[in-house]
Amino acid sequence: MLQLYQASLESRLLLGSARYPSPAVLTHAVRAARAEVVTVSLRREGGGERTGQGFWSIIRELGVLVLPNTAGCHSVKEAVTTAHMAREVFGTTWIKLEVIGEDDTLQPDVFGLTEAARILCAEGFEVFPYTTEDLVVAERLLAAGCGVLMPWAAPIGSGRGLNNLFGLSALRAHFPGVPLIIDAGLGVPSHAAQALELGFDAVLVNTAIAQARDPVRMAAAFAQAVEAGLAGRIAGPIEARDFAVPSTPVVGTAFRG
Amino acid sequence: MRILVNGAWREIEGGQLAAALGELGYEDAAVATALNGEFVAVALRGHTRLADGDRLEVLAPMQGG
Repeated sequence: MLQLYQASLESRLLLGSARYPSPAVLTHAVRAARAEVVTVSLRREGGGERTGQGFWSIIRELGVLVLPNTAGCHSVKEAVTTAHMAREVFGTTWIKLEVIGEDDTLQPDVFGLTEAARILCAEGFEVFPYTTEDLVVAERLLAAGCGVLMPWAAPIGSGRGLNNLFGLSALRAHFPGVPLIIDAGLGVPSHAAQALELGFDAVLVNTAIAQARDPVRMAAAFAQAVEAGLAGRIAGPIEARDFAVPSTPVVGTAFRG
Repeated sequence: MRILVNGAWREIEGGQLAAALGELGYEDAAVATALNGEFVAVALRGHTRLADGDRLEVLAPMQGG
């Protein structure tokens, strides 16, 4: 089981809800992924519109846990205010905390992130910080009160997979008891399997599924990948070697000696 | 009075935030509000007075990653 704050989850695949071709495809993808957590957001809405309400009804009917984000926030103040607004609308103390520091890469502003995390944790939020693989930042986030970390694999929506294997492996090794969810940058199911094989507890995927030619099939493929990755991790992989080691016994080999 | 609602200037009668939301078409909508960058909870909308030039954000659930 995956323990995220007070929630015990079977699924290791968290799903973003954006960029799907239609609400119906989103619904089918969530089911195909067997996801128990779906991320949501807040945006401006005009008076008389009820688009947000319609979307919120669809999500509630799925019976999943919602993880609101602070996407698009570039300052501590914006992120904290958005978190307060999300808590009221979605009725949860969970918040996926994003403080963006650079527009081309959507790289987190880790200084603002740690400050916002400190404020929100003190107010009773259960914070899921979108961060980098930096060990010092991770330490600060945990000291601020975060019980989960969400390091990026690669820039959001890039589909590049695990960019810094060494850094991510070091993060995993340094914080063995902390739930670590790879967030952002995965492109194909093998990236998710690799994350679980490395010991990460779960992955959060959005664009790779929502923008696939067949999002529902891709959601199912990611679900299989995280299951395979976790099983492989538990089964205990062999160490990689620099030279060949015969798998067939060499004792009694014909024509030798 | 004129206030900035989600980045656009709007003319409203004024008074409390709760009444202004109704005037702007948000009655019964699942929205959260922030006035001049500060979150205003539902319970406080009836006690929050608006002033000319205020900046109001009205946010609703949306898809997110």
